[in-house]
This record gives sequence, C-alpha cells and structure tokens, in this order.
Amino acid sequence: MENHANIIKTEHLVFSYDQADGALPKTVLRGVDLEIEKGTFVAILGHNGSGKSTLARHFNAVLLPSGGRVLIAGDDTADESLVIEIRRRVGMVFQNPDNQIVASVVEEDVAFAPENLGFPPEEIRNRVDEALKTVGMYEYRLHAPHLLSGGQKQRIAIAGVLAMHPECIVFDEPTAMLDPRGRESIVKIIRDLRDNHGVTVVLITHHMEETIDADRIIVMSDGEIIMDGSPKEVFVDIDTLRKTGLDGPETVTLLHDLKADGFNLPLDALTIDECAEAIYASLREQRSEKEE
Amino acid sequence: MLKNITLGQYFPGDTIVHRLDPRVKLVLTIVYIAALFSAQGIWGYVLMFAVLVTCFALSRIPVKTVLRGVRPILIIIIFTAVLNIFFTDGETVLFQAWRITITQEGLYAAAFMVTRLFMLITGTFLLTYTTSPIALTDGLELLLNPLKKIRLPIHELAMMMSIALRFIPTLIEETGKIMQAQKARGADFESGGLIKRARAVLPLIIPLFISAFRRADELAIAMESRCYHGGEGRTRMKVLKTQARDYMALFGGAAVLAAVIILRRLAL
Repeated sequence: MENHANIIKTEHLVFSYDQADGALPKTVLRGVDLEIEKGTFVAILGHNGSGKSTLARHFNAVLLPSGGRVLIAGDDTADESLVIEIRRRVGMVFQNPDNQIVASVVEEDVAFAPENLGFPPEEIRNRVDEALKTVGMYEYRLHAPHLLSGGQKQRIAIAGVLAMHPECIVFDEPTAMLDPRGRESIVKIIRDLRDNHGVTVVLITHHMEETIDADRIIVMSDGEIIMDGSPKEVFVDIDTLRKTGLDGPETVTLLHDLKADGFNLPLDALTIDECAEAIYASLREQRSEKEE
Repeated sequence: MLKNITLGQYFPGDTIVHRLDPRVKLVLTIVYIAALFSAQGIWGYVLMFAVLVTCFALSRIPVKTVLRGVRPILIIIIFTAVLNIFFTDGETVLFQAWRITITQEGLYAAAFMVTRLFMLITGTFLLTYTTSPIALTDGLELLLNPLKKIRLPIHELAMMMSIALRFIPTLIEETGKIMQAQKARGADFESGGLIKRARAVLPLIIPLFISAFRRADELAIAMESRCYHGGEGRTRMKVLKTQARDYMALFGGAAVLAAVIILRRLAL
C-alpha cells in the first residue's frame, strides 16, 4: 500500500500549451514537486501569471500534465476511469460565483453534484441540507441565486462542492470579487471547514491577510515554487517575497518598516494582536533603557 | 429598469392547478387543444368555455392578468374576425353595399373563430402561468424521455434550457451595466432613426457576447469539477410523483374530450 497521508502529490509537474499564432509552446509550470498533507490548510501565493491557478486545475484533473504526474490519494489524474472519483475527492471553488451556479433555485444547485454522482433522492436531500447548514444558507434554500449577494452566492458555490463530501477543497481566489463583508464570511467558512470538518484546504489568493493562519504557505513565481514554509517562515523573508511582486501582510510590512527605522522588533508577529503586543513591548523596552 | 423583467409569465401560487405534476399539465394542454379543435356547435363551445373558466378560477389567476396576456395578439384576433365576416359565402344576406356582403353565416364563422382563438391562447397561457420554467423543463425532459431510445439528446436539450433560464437574469443585469458604461462614454441609445439605433446597439452586443462566451467556458469547468458527465447515471433530488389529483385531472381531461366528440356526433 502506498502512503496516503498526502492527499495531493505532484511529481515534476510540467504544463505547457501551444499558442494560437504558431509561436513556441508556452510553459506555465516548470517542474513542480509538491506534497499536500491530509487535513492541512495550505495557501498558494503568487502574482498574476505565476501559474498558481494552472497548478490548482491539475488537482482535480480539469487540466492534465504535459509532463510529470499528479497523484490524488495515490490515484493518477491521467487515468480516465478515475476522473469522477478524483473530482469528487477534490472539490473546487472558483472566483466568479455567478459562473459556477447551475440552477435557478439554491437547493437545486447544491444538489447538482450529488445528482451527477447518482445518489438516491433521500441521500441527496440529506447532503444538500447538511451542506447548506454548514455554510449558513439553509434559510435561503428556496431562493433564486441571482437575487443573493456575492458573498452569499459564493457560500452556495461552497455548499455545492461540500455536497460531494470531498476530502479536499481547492479555493481559486474565492474572495477576489467580493466586498469586505463577503470576504470575511468566506474566510470564516474556510477556517471552519479545516478545523471542524477535517477538510484539507488549498487556498489560492492575493490577500496576504487570508493566509495568516494557514499551516503552510507556498509562493509561486514564473511556474516554480520559490518559497515553501509556515506563514512565519515565509513572511519573515519579506525581501524574497517582494522580489516576486508580492508583499507581506500589513502587520509584517509595518514591523519591517519600523525595524528599518531602528526599532527592535520581531518580524513574525502576524496577527494584529501579536503585532500590537510586539510594538508595545518594544516601546517599553526603549523607555526603560532611557530611564537607565 | 431591466431588473424588473419577469421570467416567462409564471404567476407564483399554491393552488391545486399549480401543484399538478408538470407532465400532467403538459398532456392536459395538448388534450385541451385537441378538444377545442374538435368542438363544433354552440354546446361544444359552451362546454369548453366552462372548462376554461373553471381552471382559471381554480388557479386564482386574476382576470386582468389573463386579458393583458391576450393584448399582444389582439390584432390577429381582429384580423381573423374581419376576414371571416367579409369573405364567408352564405345565403342569408344581412347587409350589402357596393361589393361588400355580410352574411349571417359569416358572422357566425367569425364569432366561432374568435372564441376559438381566444380560448386557445388563454388556455395554453394557463400552463405557463401556473408552472415555473424549471418545472416545465423537468416535465418536458421526463415526457420526452422515451425519445432517448432513438438517440435524441433529450437530457442535453433540457440541461441547455435550464441553464439558459438560469443565465437570463445574469445577462440582463450585465446588459444594464454595459449600457451604463457605454452611456458614460457618450453612447446614445435613445435618439435617432431605426438604423442609427440599430448601430448604437452594436457596442452593447459585442461585449455582451464576449462575456457570455467567457461565462460559458467557466461554467463548463465548474460543472465538470462537480462531476458532471452527461445524463448517464444521473439521479434527481426531486422525483416527480404522480398523485391522486393528477390521475383525476387526466380523467377529467379525457372526459371533456369525449364529451366534445359526442356533442359533435349529435350535431348539437
């Protein structure tokens, strides 16, 4: 038996596609080796065109590698007979909620995936109700999706994926089109899924703040992984991060700038509370030095 | 402005007519049309009219809504009436002046044609008034299911229909946004002649099409990601179940059709 502690594993994954005008094929991923452990919360960062979304689409066999392999719990995504099971295991939530809702009634939409999987009606009903309750949209089950807010629509999309009972959910910039309140509700759900439902979460995002309580951050640039570690490890190295066109969370940026001005501060205070605490401690230290 | 467009002409409600199985309603509509065309003579029409009024009364659709639905085809009705009045040959001449002759037979024919058209339209409207577009699509898919055996893509057609219905409000909203964006850049949609106005729509249509194609692409990926692989092996959460009232309605429909044919035989 293979070790399936890793839900997702890529082995020297290469992806390139032919360009329309007959130019040289464009290589988007240049040999990505990655293992994602079950039950973890992994964030993937990178600027536009870094290949992060392309990488994500390999996780549920929407794209197939040009070279190398992608294994989902040991199953090769290139094996056509396993595609449906792989897609059930690894659900995907996309950026634009409008373009992933299929039906004109909320509960019908959530039922779409289990209907495709051929479950009996009672089982579908249970899964739909359970998924809608998990994202807090049960009261809206008979509403028309186009009358809901962006955040609510995105919650419906998440419920639609949850109804498959996936082991892992890949979120591809799920908050990019939402207002701050909608974004907050989605981030809360993502956290809840990892903490209370045992779902492995892969979050692709631009917003550094959303990655602070990830177990692991992967930074991509130009089709390669250039940083990989805990949020503290990644954000402390803010210079490398900035070279890829990204920036740290506001807290780290603030600490970094203060440090450059001569304050004695740690860089790994990621949350607002930790950051405030660190600045307070530093200021007290300075004062006691002066008093001496 | 565009947001208030109602989808189809569904008139939500919870009456017995609303709750009937959509398949049964589809079949009954066909039976109704057949009965209407079989009807001959005053008593046949009286019976059909009674049936129509009863159905509308049961569905609690306001008379005003019904009449508003008839308005767009008023011209056709009037045209039919005029044609029948002037061009029906008959023996009992009521009025004659120059080359215009109006006969009693012509008046009767016009009256029958107008009633028939009016009842045909209001009767079929009842189906769309009381059945949501989704239920209608589901009903159609199930009714046409046997045609899958001769390889007609029934599931795919039904899926296309329901996705089209789902995206109508989204695209209407988008049209509004593009319109505002183009207006902000000086586009003029309201003034000018027909050709000028048609040309003004072009900068509206092109972005709308581009965005619709992008949406289609993303939706296809999202559907695949949710394990969509065609109709094979697919189940439904809500299974349509025919109930006692559905059989009673079917029986009623058959009885009306039979009665109309008997009345016709008796030449009443």
